[in-house]
Amino acid sequence: MTITFAREEIQQTLKMIHEENLDIRTITMGISLLDCGSEDINRLEQKIYDKVVRNAGSLVSVGEKISARYGIPIINKRVSVTPIAIMAANMNSEEMVRIAKALDRAAREVGVNFIGGFSALVQKGFTVGDRALIEAIPQALSETEFICSSVNIGTTKSGINMDAVLKMGNVVLRCAQLTADKDGIAAAKLVVFCNAPEDNPFMAGSFHGVGEPECVINVGVSGPGVVAKVVKKYPEADFSELSNLIKQTAFKITRMGELIGRAASKALDVPFGIVDLSLAPTPAVGDSVAEILENMGLERCGTHGTTAALALLNDAVKKGGAMASSHVGGLSGAFIPVSEDAGMVKAVEVGALTLDKLEAMTCVCSVGLDMIALPGDVSAETISAIIADEAAIGMINKKTTAVRVIPAIGKKAGDRVEFGGLLGGAPVMDIHPFSSKMFVNRGGRIPAPIISLTN
Amino acid sequence: MTLPLQESNRAIITVLGCDQIGIIAWVTGRLAEYSVNILDISQTIISGFFTMIMVVDLDPANIELVALSRMLEDQGKVKGLQVKVQHEDIFAFMHRI
Repeated sequence: MTITFAREEIQQTLKMIHEENLDIRTITMGISLLDCGSEDINRLEQKIYDKVVRNAGSLVSVGEKISARYGIPIINKRVSVTPIAIMAANMNSEEMVRIAKALDRAAREVGVNFIGGFSALVQKGFTVGDRALIEAIPQALSETEFICSSVNIGTTKSGINMDAVLKMGNVVLRCAQLTADKDGIAAAKLVVFCNAPEDNPFMAGSFHGVGEPECVINVGVSGPGVVAKVVKKYPEADFSELSNLIKQTAFKITRMGELIGRAASKALDVPFGIVDLSLAPTPAVGDSVAEILENMGLERCGTHGTTAALALLNDAVKKGGAMASSHVGGLSGAFIPVSEDAGMVKAVEVGALTLDKLEAMTCVCSVGLDMIALPGDVSAETISAIIADEAAIGMINKKTTAVRVIPAIGKKAGDRVEFGGLLGGAPVMDIHPFSSKMFVNRGGRIPAPIISLTN
Repeated sequence: MTLPLQESNRAIITVLGCDQIGIIAWVTGRLAEYSVNILDISQTIISGFFTMIMVVDLDPANIELVALSRMLEDQGKVKGLQVKVQHEDIFAFMHRI
């Protein structure tokens, strides 16, 4: 019997894990709550609490065991549930807040660090439940610890619900105001989507879609640091070579997700859904998407050429990752959050990266304007207009886009906000001073684009 | 996509650190104690830096992989060695199609 792996292969794996921040970002268990409906709020609270605890009770311990077995960190264990606006459509907004609190207690009990699905899908209009849930979001997010919320306001097939866009501008601002003492943390747990995926393992936008099975395991990988190191090592590589190098690396990273997903699925006796091959950065130095782009030859992320660099990166990651997994899903693209990426933060601080450039970058990658602090005096209408722009990009390009912005109450452009942990901290970014008020107040829906007529 | 998962009970042990007398004796001693069968060893020293890669079989062992990993890692740390015990599938998945 000989060693079945080359010494270099073993050393490369260890180096990726221990020096280049390769990890599994999240194992997310999706749980359907569709069978937990009730006329009675007390009964409903009990049913959803029991179901989450019953299904996810061993998620954290299994995750830790798998992590130890393979010697790769699994950073987060999370739960996503059926959009609450659907499963509890008969509840009013106070009852929606109670549901959020029940889910929060369940999350605490099972030890996960986030639970997603305090969500509504309103791309074409509101149900009674949607209205109640959206109204409840600011209170629910400011009075719970683990709840994440998302609202889908547009799709390529349906167009954009501009009434919802207007409403969400207000909700985002209210979330920030209610948690102003914590730099608006509630807004960091709220995502406004266009074309939201139903199997996304990443927070804050994760929910368990109605087309999903009873219970499922989805995995999100990380690994910008590994890609950044490879790109740095080959400064002479032309774009074809560069793309190949990234593809090979993305393959290896995504294989880790596939391995952990299969192992978790087997150990928990829950079907394995998808691997989300997104390169998710963290605030740790050397775990940055911006650094990858800079290693390609840009002095600072955000300068001219950044969109092209990101397009190449995103495409190569998908090509490499797609081959590594039986089922790729979720968001699956490079993430470009600001506060969660030390390189992005630096680029903003030196004036290289602006909100407009970030918007352009979201045309070629997932997932949208993410973790961006706005001046505290931003109007709800301006936030709505930012959401509308981003949703338009998603709608026309048949891709997911999202907005997760945090109005920094009492702060102005250049000041700093701190969210802590994986959410990081960031400088407040400048916005356009001109009003969009009349535009976003028109109401109604932006019709679905002609490209939606595919049948 | 039909790589075996958790069918084998083989692990890769890697030991890194400053060279010193008795590293292999220590590792193999602990492995024998728990009936862990060594299948292969490869070891080099590059400018005083000790690197050992070992393939072991835990089928006959009276210790779980995770417990073995924790023990060797903790005891290795005391000796200034970085010891990792990982199921072989992590390497198989990453480097084999």
